[in-house]
This record gives sequence, C-alpha cells and structure tokens, in this order.
Amino acid sequence: MDTHLLSIITFMPAFAALILAVFLRGDDEAAQRNAKWLAMITTSVTFVVSLFVLFEFDPNDTGMQFVVEAEWLLGMQYRLGVDGISVLFVMLTTFMMPLVIAASWNVEHRVKEYMIAFLLLETLMLGVFMALDLILFYLFFEAGLIPMFLIIGIWGGANRIYASFKFFLYTFLGSVLMLVAMVGMFADAGSTCIAACQDGQVALLNHTFGSESFSLLGIQIVGGAQTLMFLAFFASFAVKMPMWPVHTWLPDAHVQAPTAGSVVLAAILLKLGGYGFLRFSLPMFPVGAEVMSEFILWISAIAIVYTSLVALVQEDMKKLIAYSSVAHMGFVTMGIFAGNQQGIDGAIFQMLSHGFISGALFLCVGVIYDRMHTREIDAYGGLVNRMPAYALIFMLFTMANVGLPGTSGFVGEFLTLMAVFQVNTWVAAVATTGVIFSAAYALWLYRRVVMGDLIKESLKSITDMNPREKWIFAPLVVMTILLGVYPALILDLIGPSVTALVENYDAAKEAAMGALETAAVSE
Amino acid sequence: METTILFAPLIGALICGFGWKIIGETAAMWVATGLLFLAAILSWVVFLSFEGPTEHIQILRFIESGSLSTDWSIRLDRLTAIMLIVVTTVSSLVHLYSFGYMGHDENFKEHESYRPRFFAYLSFFTFAMLMLITSDNLVQMFFGWEGVGVASYLLIGFYYKKPSANAAAIKAFVVNRVGDFGFALGIFALFLMTDSIRFDDVFAAAPDLANQNMTFLWTEWNAANVIAFLLFVGAMGKSAQLFLHTWLPDAMEGPTPVSALIHAATMVTAGVFLVCRMSPLMEFAPEAMAFVTVVGATTAFFAATVGLVQTDIKRVIAYSTCSQLGYMFVAAGVGMYSAAMFHLFTHAFFKAMLFLGAGSVIHAMHHEQDMNNYGGLRKKIPYTFWAMMIGTLAITGVGIPLTHIGFAGFLSKDAIIESAWGGGSMYGFWLLVIAAAMTSFYSWRLMFMTFYGTPRGDKHTHEHAHESPMTMLVPLGVLALGAIFAGMIWFKPFFGDTKYVAAFYDIPLAEHAEAGESKADGAEDGAKTAGDHGKDEKHHDAFGGAPGEGALYFAPDNHVLDEAHYAPKWVKVAPFVAMLIGFIMAMWFYIWNPTLPGRLAANQQPLYQFLLNKWYFDELFDVIFVRPAKAIGRFLWKRGDGDVIDGTLNGVAMGIVPFFTRLAGKMQSGYVFTYAFAMVIGIAVLVTWMTMTGGAK
Repeated sequence: MDTHLLSIITFMPAFAALILAVFLRGDDEAAQRNAKWLAMITTSVTFVVSLFVLFEFDPNDTGMQFVVEAEWLLGMQYRLGVDGISVLFVMLTTFMMPLVIAASWNVEHRVKEYMIAFLLLETLMLGVFMALDLILFYLFFEAGLIPMFLIIGIWGGANRIYASFKFFLYTFLGSVLMLVAMVGMFADAGSTCIAACQDGQVALLNHTFGSESFSLLGIQIVGGAQTLMFLAFFASFAVKMPMWPVHTWLPDAHVQAPTAGSVVLAAILLKLGGYGFLRFSLPMFPVGAEVMSEFILWISAIAIVYTSLVALVQEDMKKLIAYSSVAHMGFVTMGIFAGNQQGIDGAIFQMLSHGFISGALFLCVGVIYDRMHTREIDAYGGLVNRMPAYALIFMLFTMANVGLPGTSGFVGEFLTLMAVFQVNTWVAAVATTGVIFSAAYALWLYRRVVMGDLIKESLKSITDMNPREKWIFAPLVVMTILLGVYPALILDLIGPSVTALVENYDAAKEAAMGALETAAVSE
Repeated sequence: METTILFAPLIGALICGFGWKIIGETAAMWVATGLLFLAAILSWVVFLSFEGPTEHIQILRFIESGSLSTDWSIRLDRLTAIMLIVVTTVSSLVHLYSFGYMGHDENFKEHESYRPRFFAYLSFFTFAMLMLITSDNLVQMFFGWEGVGVASYLLIGFYYKKPSANAAAIKAFVVNRVGDFGFALGIFALFLMTDSIRFDDVFAAAPDLANQNMTFLWTEWNAANVIAFLLFVGAMGKSAQLFLHTWLPDAMEGPTPVSALIHAATMVTAGVFLVCRMSPLMEFAPEAMAFVTVVGATTAFFAATVGLVQTDIKRVIAYSTCSQLGYMFVAAGVGMYSAAMFHLFTHAFFKAMLFLGAGSVIHAMHHEQDMNNYGGLRKKIPYTFWAMMIGTLAITGVGIPLTHIGFAGFLSKDAIIESAWGGGSMYGFWLLVIAAAMTSFYSWRLMFMTFYGTPRGDKHTHEHAHESPMTMLVPLGVLALGAIFAGMIWFKPFFGDTKYVAAFYDIPLAEHAEAGESKADGAEDGAKTAGDHGKDEKHHDAFGGAPGEGALYFAPDNHVLDEAHYAPKWVKVAPFVAMLIGFIMAMWFYIWNPTLPGRLAANQQPLYQFLLNKWYFDELFDVIFVRPAKAIGRFLWKRGDGDVIDGTLNGVAMGIVPFFTRLAGKMQSGYVFTYAFAMVIGIAVLVTWMTMTGGAK
C-alpha cells in the first residue's frame, strides 16, 4: 500500500501556508478574507482526504498501514504510517482544524500570519502522529512548539508574554532529556526507524533495550537503561500532557491564548504526550514502565483530585476549564499505566473525547468572550434568559465534561477507572472521587454563568449564538453524543492494535521478570 | 413492544424540546403526553401478560473492550414489569396534571415558552428511568442512573431565576454523585471478580463471590459483602438514605409535578430497585444486608422525626418519602425483596397522589406552601381534600387488622414490619413501628393544618382559593384508585404464600416441597395460622432455583416470608396500633387543643430546634465537606501551584529570565519568523549531528 496519501494529508496545510506567505500581499479586507478562505478550504480538504484513510483502514491489521518512505537528507529517513493507535489522532486533528479556523473568523489582527501559524501547526501535529522515524518524530514534536508559542505570544491576552514563555520553557526543557534518550536509543539499536522499516533495519518497536539493573552514583537503578530512557521520555511527555506537578504552564497558556489557540491546545496538543506514552514509553521501555507505573498511577490520581479542587475555586472561566483538562488528562495517564486493555482503550477514548469536549468548552467561553471581552465568571449570570441556544449547548458539554453516561466523556473515564481498579484499588478509589468534584466545579461554573436572573446591566443586550457559531458546535455535538451512545465506533478501530500492544507489554514484563528471577537464583 | 415503551418517551422529549417551534407548544405537549400514555398502556399489557421466563432484547452494542462486553438491551422479567407500570403510569398522569399545574406560572413572563421545556424534561426523565429499569447490565443501569440524575437536576433547577432552586439542583446532583462514587466502585469490583457486568453472569457467579476474598483499600474483604456494600452506597444516594439524604428536601424547589414523579414515585425508588435487582448477590452478603437494614430503619425513624415539625407542605411529604424509602430498605435488608417491591409499588400511587394533591392545594393558594397559612380549605377545594384524605389513609396504613382488607399502604407497610420481625431484626422492627406512629401523626397533622380549623394567613389568598382544573383532578382520581385497591389486589403475588410469590417472580420452588399439602392451606391467610408455624413448616413450599433464575433470588435458608406470616398477633397489630396513636395525638394537638404545639415547642426549645433544623445535617456537611474543599482548593491553587511549583521553577529560571525579557521585546516586531525559522533549522542540525556521532559507534 505504498501511496502518498499520508504525505498529502500532512503537507497540504503547510503548502497552503507557503502560498499564503509568498503570494498573499496586503492587509486589506479582501486579503484577510482570502487568507481565511484559503485556510478554511485547505483544512476542510485535508479532513476529507483523511477520511479516505479512515475508510480504507483495516483495524485487524495491527501493523503500520499506508506507509510512505523516502530517503532524506544526511541519510535520515522520511517515513510515515498509521496504526490503530495513531489513526484516530490523525482524524481528530483534521476534524478539529476546520472548526478552529471557523472559530477564528473574527480575527482582525495579522490575519495572514495567524492562518499561516495554524496551518503550519496542523502539519506539525499530523507529522507527530504519523512519523515512523525517531528524528522525524522529534522534529515534528518540537517544531510544533513554535507556532503555538507564536499564537499565544502574538494573538494572546494581556499577559501573553509571560504565558508564552512559561509554555515554551516547560515544554522545551522536558524535550532536552528526550533528545538525550533518543541518542542513547540510536546507539543501542543502531536505527532510528520506529516501525515498518527497510530490509535489514531494526525497528525500535521490536528492539529490546537493556533492562539489567545497575547502580549509578550509588543509586540502584531497577530496570537499568530502560528505566533511564523511560524517565527521559517521561519528562517530555509528562509536561505535554500535562501531568501534576508540571501542569502549571497550561492554565496560564490557556488563559492568554486566543480562543482558537486554546481549542487546538486542549483538543490536540495535549494529546501529544499521551500518544508518546503509547508509541514509545510502553512498547519500547516496558520494564521501565513497569518499574515506574505505580508512581505514575499515584501522581495521576493526585492530579485528578488536586486539580479538581483547584478548579473549584477559580474565578476565570478558561482557567477553570484548563484545570479540568489537567484532571481529565489524569485519567488518561492512569489508564495508560494500568497497562491493560480497558485502560489503554479508555485512555485513547478519553483523549479523543476530551478533544471534542474541552475544545467545545473553550469555544463556549469564546462565544461570550467575543461579546463581553471578559473571562471573569462574576461578570456573567443569567445568560439563559437571552441566550437559550447557548445555554443548551453549554449544558450539554458541561455534562459531557463531568462524564455523564451517554456522552463520550463517560466511556473513557469509566474504562480507565475500571482498568486501574484491577491494578490498584487505592488509586481507583482516590481517582473516582474525581467524579464528585468534577460535578461540583462544572455545575457551579454553569450556574454562575448561565443560571439565575439577568440583572447585570452590561448583559442586557447580549445576543444569542449566530448561525456560524451554531455550525461550529454542530459537529462536536454529534461526535460527543454519537461516541457516547455507540463507542464501538472507536473501540472496534483501536481494539486489535491495543490488544497487540498489551500483549507485547505483558510478554516483555514477563521476560524481564523471568530474567530478574534467574539472576536472583544464580546469585 | 418493550422497545416502543422504552423509546416513546425519548421521542416525546425530542419533539417537545426541539419540535415545538414547528408544531406549536400545545401540540408538542400533547404529543409527549400521548406517547407517555401509549407507553403506559403497553406497560400494563406487558405486566399483565408476562409470565416468565426472563426475556432479553438486544438493541445496540455499547462498551466493548477486551473481556468487557456490554450492550444496550432490555431485560424483561417481573421486576422490570413492575417498575414499568409504576414509572409509565405515574409519569403519564403527571404529564396530564402538568397541563393544569404549569398552565400559568408566575415565575415566567407571559411570552416565555417554558411549558414545552418542562414536558421535554419530564419525558426525558421517563426515558432515562426506563433505561435504568430495563437494563440487563450495570453500565446501562448506570446510564439510566445518571440520566435520571440529570433530569432531576434540570427539573429541580427549572425555576432558574431562583438562586435557591439553582443551589438545590447542584446539591442534588453532587450528593447523588457521592453515591455514584460507591456505585461505580461496586461495578469495578464486580468486573474485577467476575470479569463481567452483565446481570446473568454476575448472578451466576454470586455464590462463588461469597467464598472469595478481594483486596480493597487497606485489607482483604469478603468479595460479596464489599460489592454489595459499594452498590448500596449508590442506592443510598439515589434513595436519599441517611447521610446522603440532604438533597431530597431541597429538591422540593422543583415544580410540584416533578416532586410527585421523580422525588416520590420513581427516581428515589431506584435504589430499592437496585438492591432487589441484585438480590442474587445480596443473599450472599449477610453483613452488607445487615447494614442495609440498619440504614433503612434509622432513616425511616430519622426522617419521620423531622417530618413532625416541618411546616412547608412539600417538605413534610419529602421527609415522609425519605422515611418510607427507609421502610423499603429494611424489607430488602432482611431478605424480603418482594415486600420492598410491594411497598415501592403502592407507595408510588399514594405518594404521587399526596404530592399532586399538595400541588393542587398550592395551586389553589397561589403558590403558598407554608401550612401555617392554610387552614379550613376542606370546603374550598373538596375534590383535592378527598384525594388527600385517601392518600393519608393509605400512607398511615388504615385497614382492618388481621385481614387483608385495607388501603394500599396498610398491606404493604404491614408486610414490611412483619418481614422485619420475621427477619429477626428487632432494631428494624421497633424503629419502624415507632416511625409508623410518627408517620400517622405528621400525615394527619398535614391534613388538619391544611383542611381543618380556621383560615390563617393572607385573607385575600383564601378568598380566591379555587378548585383545580380537570386535567389536575383526573390524575388524582386515577391514583386514588391505586391508593385504595393496589394493596388488596396484588397482596398475594407480592406477599402471599411462597408459591404465589414464586409464581409471580418466576422462581422455581425447591424440589422437596410437597405441593399438594401446601396448596390446601395456601389459600388461607398466613395470619390465621400464626403461632404454630413450627409444626407445619416442612409442609410449606420453599423458594428454590439458582441465583438469577427468577426475577428475585431467595437463598435456601431465607425463610423470612414464612416467619413473617407466622408472626405473633401482637406483631401484626402493632403497626395498626401505632397508626391509631399517631392519629389520636394529631387530633389532640391540632383539633382538640390547637395551642398545644406552640407551647410544647416553646418548652422543648432545643429538641424542637434540633428537629426543625433537620438534625443539623446541612450545617454539619457544610462545615466538614463544603468549606474545607474550597479552602483546600484555594490553598493548593495559591500555595501549591503558585508558591511551590511556580516558585521553584521560576527560581530555577531566574538566571535566564533577563534573556527572555530582552527577547520578549522583539516579539511584536517582524523578526519573529526569522527567529522561528532559525529554531527549526537549529533543532534539525542538532539532531542530525547527534545521530551521526551516535551512528559512528
């Protein structure tokens, strides 16, 4: 199946960005309109093309599909492909981008550059999910930082400089360690190919990295090199997720980012970390993952409770939703490191579902921010009186956010909690309290913004959503309910790949434990 | 047919919620109501024609992941059939009633279309409730469970302009979530132990669970007990049992039809239904069952004491509901699930009627709810008065002692009290008898304060008090029939001799039973052979079959039904006597000597305040849960995130901050793309270089 479908999907937005950069001149209204339409059409076509991948995708083949490869400069290889784990992230990205562009229709400041940034961002994010070569992955992964950094820094709110640098600093520092580990991996395996390699090359996914414990500076390192590499990757992915306690960049970044930036950040960028865990940490360093899993489960559970409590007292809408995002990502890491089928199924499901739901919630904030230019919760109240359609949509996504069964938010939470219960009941019990807190902060937010009588003078003339805004929400509403009622759409697609992943993980653990025991016996 | 019953309310909800702009308000409301009546009629057809065995109807696949496999599907057995008629009957009547009650609401302006929204919520609630009761696995049940929670949230907060209604709505949802926390853990534990959450598989595995241990939190537990306990925590939330009851009285902020449907007849009984549904598991979890009994009995007692002094007519009935739910749990806790279902069934009729009657009074009195401002309404609203009278006779349990003739509550409540005695729970028995006296007192107190005596409060309101329209009176009439006859008609299948009960629930009889002899005295009432049960016990039928074979499961050593039937006469008469005492006390306090309550309250101020403030549960929970949660949240935010995490990282970054500030100045300038481009190239070069050197090794 050597088609260039994936290349086309990945680079179409970048190509459009190039056209914009080179050919679009001037900053008058016509130019702005052209920029918007070009971005809109490009992202929509990208989505349509990606649908071919989805329809042609064979879920029962757990290997890489649609592989594209080519020689690249300096002997590095360009190789893209998707399997059951990555295909849906590709779809999520292409699905969200047209909505993001539509939500940016009111942007007036530097429209051309704005669209270029988003189009580039799309290419880079798609590249991360498809890359089958270590260096390629790293390039996409790190370069994705830049457009987002610019989006916050140029089109953000009052305190955008601080937020953009905090964002940059956190994520970049995490990546440095990953780079070191990557070098180590290459040294060990002699290949940068992740999967579906050329003849004679070692695929990193099939390579077993050393896991003999050794001591370093007097510290006994259980799991040896694998643990170290795992930790290095963990540093990077944990920041991206973000996991407690390296989450504090996210609320600031969200608050300062423009609406569309928040949507991309919450819906797609936060998924890079989870994807990384599934693509690298678990399959490549199973022993390291096993050594660290208890610890990660605990900080996930702490994250859920901690950030939910913090969300309870927020006064800024976006901050509240940002903290809620961190809590929801806690379910993802918990599911992944529970290491069983339900956990990983649930984690992937949760990531997709969170993409729709948190994206929609940030759009909800955007709708009223566009009208009132404040995110302060206290500035609102009683919106239902004048904005019934808005109240309905906000209610739906609030409920989805608290994990109401029948919405997609439930399936992921339920599966991950169920999975972790099989591994550690303490963690499960602590994390399950999250369902209580999430109900409290989400409904409390909704009440203060939407319910009550409309008494504030400034709100007396606020208008309900216009058709453009309603059309942006429509696909998200459909996905949230459809996946909530019929999750098999997703679970069938990812099932076989996840099963393969879990089996390999278990086998690797078994082998390593066996080796440890023989070592113990021989001593 | 079952699928039609299930989806008719959903279609009604959608038409009412979104279609009213096209077909008009009134048409949409009638469509929803019509669909509900259709569902109700079909439900009765199902109930009357159903005679085991359990049927399964698959609708759609739901969550499938590894060994976890669940469907959207219908499990039709006797329990489902009972719940079907309860839910659809009450719901359709409440829909009809709402035409009158919600006709002109002062909380909304004339042009606001609140009515279709109300009907849409009601229909949606009904759909969720039907999903709950028809489910054949715990996830679908959880869907219904949370779905009714949302509907309840939306309806309690229906008057969204009132802050109190909004607060009550959130409280209801969050407190229920506390219960759901336990419920969810119970589901997870079941999956851990049995690798399935389908009822059939779980029931089949139940006997094994009794012999297995599982690690939960700090130690090892008996698996069956832990799971049963956790599931019951969910039931406590939904059914407003002690500690998780605080939301129910506040839920009275919702419009009265909502209180009748959700907070009396259906949703709050979901917890009882859950325990009965899980009877095959519960039978193997004796400690958890003892806990159920104690919580139920304590709640029945506690809620009744609070009901004694409340003056808001709806709150009195709300506490009464809470208390009656406690009764049902006692029955379930001692292993007499059938009696619990019996009371659930009759309670739905008379409690819905009391609420709708109260709604009629409130409607007549222009939304005045304080009973201190009622009085002497008997002649102004006679139909309502008689409806309330029937409801009161039913709830207090009026009937002819030692026979099976009486109002619905007489039969079902006595069944529970006898079961408590038969099950050997003296704690349950005595608290329930005392609670029965208090039930009678507060119910009659409500009647006397509302309909007797002289008019109090605003004269103008009293003068304009008017009887409600037919749409409100007809549902009252229908429910009155249920409140009078439901007990007498269905006594046998619910609480008659073993073989009737067994046939009703499709439970096989144990093989050693001698069918011929038991038939001879089966027709006689258990009461007549009271006192000599020892000698002919072995002639009686006994429940048999494997767990999950019938709609309910009774363990071979569960003889509560027989024990209850052979309870001594004084036990059987006790609730009746308690009822009389309560009635006489109420007469004394509110008819013969109306100044007495005020004086007593003044004399016994601490006790009075204690009861009036509902044992201070709200205040207590505020101090130990709500405030600390917020305080901790604030602390973690300002100190944890702000000082510790950001503080540390900012400190580290302090060295490079000046560099960034200088760079920041350039942000707005045109250099930004040069900078970005340089970075991409930089990373590429870096990686390439590292790789090449690494490769050289």
